[in-house]
Amino acid sequence: MRKNRGRSLFLLLCVGPAAILFFIFMILPTLNVFRMSLFQRGAYSPTETFVGLQNFRQLFADANFIRSMQNMILLVVIVTIFTFGFALIFAAILTREKIKGQNFFRVVFYIPNILSVVVIAGIFSAIYKPENGMLNSIIGLFRDMTNPILWKGESLVMVSLIMAMIWQAVGYYMVMYMASMSSVPQSLYESAGLDGAGRLTQFFQITIPLIWTNIRTTLTFFIISTINMAFLFVKAMTSGGPNGASEVALSYMYGQKDAGLYGYSMAIGVVIFLFSFALSALVNRATEREPLEF
Amino acid sequence: MEQSKRQGAPAGDRLYKFFIYLVLILLAVTIIVPVAWVFMASIKQNSEFYGNPWALPLGVYWQNFVDAWNGAKMGEYMLNSVFVTALALALLLVIALPAAYCLSRMEFKGRKILNVAFMAGLFINVNYIVVPIFLMLRDGDAWLKNMFGGGFLLNNMVVLAVVYASTALPFTVYLLSGYFATLAHDYEEAAYIDGAGYGTTMVKIIFPMAKPSIITIILFNFLSFWNEYIISMTLMSSATGSRTLPVGLLNLMQAQQSAAQYGTMYAGLVLVMLPTLILYICVQRQLTQGMTVGGLKG
Repeated sequence: MRKNRGRSLFLLLCVGPAAILFFIFMILPTLNVFRMSLFQRGAYSPTETFVGLQNFRQLFADANFIRSMQNMILLVVIVTIFTFGFALIFAAILTREKIKGQNFFRVVFYIPNILSVVVIAGIFSAIYKPENGMLNSIIGLFRDMTNPILWKGESLVMVSLIMAMIWQAVGYYMVMYMASMSSVPQSLYESAGLDGAGRLTQFFQITIPLIWTNIRTTLTFFIISTINMAFLFVKAMTSGGPNGASEVALSYMYGQKDAGLYGYSMAIGVVIFLFSFALSALVNRATEREPLEF
Repeated sequence: MEQSKRQGAPAGDRLYKFFIYLVLILLAVTIIVPVAWVFMASIKQNSEFYGNPWALPLGVYWQNFVDAWNGAKMGEYMLNSVFVTALALALLLVIALPAAYCLSRMEFKGRKILNVAFMAGLFINVNYIVVPIFLMLRDGDAWLKNMFGGGFLLNNMVVLAVVYASTALPFTVYLLSGYFATLAHDYEEAAYIDGAGYGTTMVKIIFPMAKPSIITIILFNFLSFWNEYIISMTLMSSATGSRTLPVGLLNLMQAQQSAAQYGTMYAGLVLVMLPTLILYICVQRQLTQGMTVGGLKG
C-alpha cells in the first residue's frame, strides 16, 4: 500500500507540472480561439457578447481577408514546390555522387536554418535595397539602372518573399533527405546501372519511391510550417505592405488583434486552423502510395 | 562507333560533374555572401553605404558596435535574451524529462489520453494561440490589479520563459518519449531489486543514457527560443519595458528606415546571429545528425 502511494506521488510530481502547463498555455488558448471567434469583445474590457457566426459572415465579405488567404496559398504552393524540388535534387547529388567537400556544402546549406527570421529579414533588406542593394547592383551590370527594380514594391513583393523563404528552407530539408537517402542500399543503384538506367531514371525509379514515406510526412509538416513561416517572414520583412500587397492570413489576424478586434481576429484564426488541417489531410490522401521496402 | 562511345562517356561525365560543382558552388555562394556581407557592413562607416555595396570597408569602425550595444540598448537586450533562453531551457528540461519518462515507461491511468494530447499538441503552432495567451495574461493582470493593486504577468521575462517552455513541451516530450521507449525494461527492474526508488532510478540510470537526445533537444530549443520574436513581441509590448534581442533588432531595423543608421543596424544583426553561428560551428555535426530524430519539427 505504501509503495503504491509512493508510486502515485512520483507519477503526479513527474507528469503533473507538464500536464498543467500544457493545459494552461496550449489546450486552453486553442479552445479559446474557437470560443472567442463566436464573440465580440471590447478592446480594453474583458466583457464579451455572443454574436454567433457574425464574425465569419463579415470575414467572407472582407476583400482584404480574401487577398491575404490568396497570398498565403500562393506562398505555400510555390515555396513547397521549389523547396522540395531543390532539396531532393541536391540531396540526391550529394549522397549519390562523389563530391569533394561534401561536408562543407552540407554545413553551409544548413546555415539559413539557424538564423532568426528577423536576421534573415535584415539580410534580405540589404539584398533587396533599391539603391546600392546587392541584387540590383549585380543586375545593374547587365542593364540600365536609372529606374531601380523595387523588390519590395507592390508588384514584386511576393516574389521577394518567396525567394527569401526558399533560401531559408532548402538546406534543412536537403540535410534531412540526405539522411534518408543514404540508407538506400548502394547495390540497387549498381544493378540498375548495369541494366542501363541513367541518373535521372535512377532518381525517379529508385530514390524517390524508396524514401516516399519520408517525403510524405515531411510534406505534411512543411505545409503547416510554411503557413507559419509566411507570417514570420511577412511580419519581419514587409509588415504586410505595401498597401497590404504581401499580407498573409496569419499576419492579417495579428493586425486585427492590434486593432483590438479580438473576436474577428480569432475567427480568422479558426479559418486558417481548419484550412491547414484540410490541406494537410488532402495532401496526405493525394500522396498515398503502397510503401516500398528495401 | 564503339570507340567514340567509350570516349564520349567520360567526357559527358566530366561535363556533368563540372555542372554539378558549378550549381553547388553557386548555391553556397548565395548563402555565404549575404551573411559575410552583413559582417563586412557592420564595420563600415555610415557614409560608405552610399557607394558601391561591394566595396571593402575603409577601416574597422567599431563605433557601430558601441552604438548598437549602448545607444540601441542591444547589450541590455542580449542579457535579457540570455536570461529568458536559459530559464526556459532549464524549466523545459526539469518538466519535460520526468514527464516523458513516465509517459513512455510507466503504466498508469490516463497515460494514453495524455500521450494523445501531447501528440495533438505537435500540430498546434504558437502563432495561432499567441492572441488568446496574451488576452489570458492581460485579464489575469487586470484581476490581480483589482485584488492586490498590481499585475505582473505581462512584460515579465519569467512569464515569457514559462510560455516558451510550455509551448515547446509537445515536441520535446515526443522526441524524448520516442527515445525512452526504445530502452529495455530490465534497467528499472535491476535498479528496483537493488533497492533504488523511482526517482533515483529515473535520474541516475535512465537520464544519463538519454544524453544524446537531451543534447539534441537543448540545441533545437536553444535556437528556437533565442530566435523567437512573435510571442516575445506580444507579451512584452510595453513601450518602456524590457525586450529580447530579436525584438530589439526588429525595432532597430524599423527605426533605421527613417534615421538611416546603417552601421548600427548591421552591428545589431551581427550581435543577434553571432551566438547561433558560433554554437553551430561547434556542434554542426550533432545538429545536422540530430535531425533524423527531430525531423518533424515544424
